[in-house]
Amino acid sequence: MSGTACACQEIECGEIEIDYSLLDKIIRYDYGGNREAMIMMMQAIQRVYRFLPEDAVKYLSQVIEVPLTKIYEVATFYASFSLEPKGKYILSVCTGTACHLRGSGGMVEHISKRMGIAPGKTTSDLKLTLETVNCVGACAVAPVVVIDEKYYPKANIATLNDFMDRLNAE
Amino acid sequence: MIEATQTAISHPEVAKITSPSGVEVFRKELQSRLDPNAPLIIVCCGTGCQAAGSAEVVDKFKQMLSGTDWNGKVIPLVKPTGCHGFCSRGPLVIIEPQDLFYQQVTVDDVEEIVNKTILNNEVIKKLQYKPANSKEVIPKASDIPYYAKQTRLVLKNIGKVDPTEINDSIVRGSYSALASVLTRMSPQQVIDEVANSKLRGRGGAGFPTGLKWESCARQEGTRYVICNADEGDPGAFMDRSLLEGDPHSVLEGMAICAYAVGSNRGYMYVRAEYPLAVKTLNIAIHQAEALGLLGENIMGTGFDFKVTISTGAGAFICGESSALMASLEGKVGRPRPKYIRSVEKGFRDSPSNLNNVETYANIPDIITNGGEWYKSFGTERSSGTKVFALTGNVYNIGLVEVPMGISLMEIVFGIGGGIPNKRALKGVQTGGPSGGCIPIPHKIPDINVGYGKLAEAGSIMGSGGMIVMDEDTCMIEVSRYFVNFLVEESCGQCTPCREGLIRMREILNRITQGEGREGDVELLTEIGNFTNNFSLCGLGTSAANPVLSTIRYFREEYDAHIRDKKCPSGVCKPLFHYDIDAETCTGCGLCKIKCPVKAITGEKKKTHVIEQALCIKCMECYKNCKFRSVKIM
Repeated sequence: MSGTACACQEIECGEIEIDYSLLDKIIRYDYGGNREAMIMMMQAIQRVYRFLPEDAVKYLSQVIEVPLTKIYEVATFYASFSLEPKGKYILSVCTGTACHLRGSGGMVEHISKRMGIAPGKTTSDLKLTLETVNCVGACAVAPVVVIDEKYYPKANIATLNDFMDRLNAE
Repeated sequence: MIEATQTAISHPEVAKITSPSGVEVFRKELQSRLDPNAPLIIVCCGTGCQAAGSAEVVDKFKQMLSGTDWNGKVIPLVKPTGCHGFCSRGPLVIIEPQDLFYQQVTVDDVEEIVNKTILNNEVIKKLQYKPANSKEVIPKASDIPYYAKQTRLVLKNIGKVDPTEINDSIVRGSYSALASVLTRMSPQQVIDEVANSKLRGRGGAGFPTGLKWESCARQEGTRYVICNADEGDPGAFMDRSLLEGDPHSVLEGMAICAYAVGSNRGYMYVRAEYPLAVKTLNIAIHQAEALGLLGENIMGTGFDFKVTISTGAGAFICGESSALMASLEGKVGRPRPKYIRSVEKGFRDSPSNLNNVETYANIPDIITNGGEWYKSFGTERSSGTKVFALTGNVYNIGLVEVPMGISLMEIVFGIGGGIPNKRALKGVQTGGPSGGCIPIPHKIPDINVGYGKLAEAGSIMGSGGMIVMDEDTCMIEVSRYFVNFLVEESCGQCTPCREGLIRMREILNRITQGEGREGDVELLTEIGNFTNNFSLCGLGTSAANPVLSTIRYFREEYDAHIRDKKCPSGVCKPLFHYDIDAETCTGCGLCKIKCPVKAITGEKKKTHVIEQALCIKCMECYKNCKFRSVKIM
């Protein structure tokens, strides 16, 4: 990560202001600077910025004295971390078995095609991130789509078209 | 998404319970305050019902109740509970004391329920439950076959207690097993009782729990008690439901384990995809600590047990014990070889006892009623009950708890209510991505569900996922799905798993795209056996099960894909197309309305036609046609 340009510059997200006192609160106060809590610190940082900004990760590395490579290893190993900025809306399609059997694969394909982004990626205008999630445990109302933490039970192509129409109109 | 675990949850100052007998005294006092005839409105607030809008229903009830003139009557209590398990009918509302069951309740129904049922004792017909293929309503929750045919031991409190209110759990007996352990049992006696129950780990491998505790207790030094709540199997939600609906049973089970193995530190590793479970657990731990039932000097006995929640970060492999412990240490979750077991050297290189959520939740009842009682359920080799997440193509989707050894057909048809849309049953997948597919009823008439019997059939018990598949399911596509899942989730450190899975995915992708070749099945078998035999951890050694079991039972489907370039189930898009049967089409026009790409044309009451170039094969016409006129060609 270090040495290369921050990914967010490529898609012109602008400068991200890092609030170091907030980072201090998370790292030192909430988790007592304990290295074992690094994953949870990273989650807390990601909740603030919606991704892991390079400067915040560097600061974390300094404070808890864990090499940046180790943090990078953790950030790329676990699916929930992102080193790139996320879109304004996050649309997650559940691809658990029950949802898959009821056609969630086709929905992912449909959004990918219409918005021109692969799963895990964000549109260039930073409006939408398309994600897939392994199972949200709401199999009874499959297929489930989660848009900004709100569940849309028994979703279909029409539900998604509605959402994307609204998004494009914005 | 999740509150930091350290965030204190405010609660009023409560007096600590300072002796084990104090639990019983406190419960009696709480019971004396309850009026058994007081009206109670129970609203299921599990993830499934919340997705369908139950939180709004609760708010509306509260708003309605405060705005109603009660004229001296007892104001009913609204109780949000954990998942009742009958998710396909959600949001569920149960009115006590009549035990009235209302299904699919929306915000708009709330006013009617208050005015008719609560104030005038009148039943609302349209909200009552009717089983599939029956016109008779079943008014009471306890009479519904879905519930009546289950044996709910682990799930007994779920749907009855408010998980955010510890007193509600104490009234129903929580922490009394811990109190009796602390007063009348030695650690060895606890281990013996658990061993006598023959309880086996509910996480998947089925290791005898008593034996695990015994070997952990024998170790020297600081010991840890860890709860594996990283329920990663797609299509399984037993643990989520327990944590959201009855967190105190799990915590009490962990505390009893800690006493037995001589530990005072517990960790709970919860999946980050379960924000509601994390929130509920946080509240539960704080309330239990405030009452002196967890934390330091529990019940004044000098026994300490502190539980900390740690959240995962979206890695399926972290459900494997050694990977989970690495993740708890803040590292990447890569399993290690198991020649030194984690009961000897686990978390922080110290002896660690790791069990699954459901295993711990079984413990309080085993202590209260004895191992002999527990053994009276289930079979000789698989004792007790097991919770299954019944999903897929079945009427009653949700959680079912049944004694081990029950017939699989009984689960699917007796409890699950059979297959919807007049389709036929093709098979049941058990054990998640590492499990296999059991071809009932055609190739194996039935099977008794237990650790041994499932293994004989080429599947595993796993954590309890049970996915029912109907005739429209393509078995090759299902295998491809599971293999693809495991490719994404393999940690990549050992070659058989990493390479074997990728090669299997390549071949399965080819087959489902119509480019299968002769010899592919043999190659898949060879790679699959190699992966299963030579991988490092449990993920790899069972990774090929979905492929091997579908080859074993559904070879003809592989042949149809490879030789005839046809997907008989109509799933693999390049290998089929839809056509409307002119003889049975009534021209009702429903398919035309449902088609999202306007590929269907036709006049009313005349045969409709699908424009093949426009069709995206999304299934909408096929699923919605009432006359089954849309055919897979």
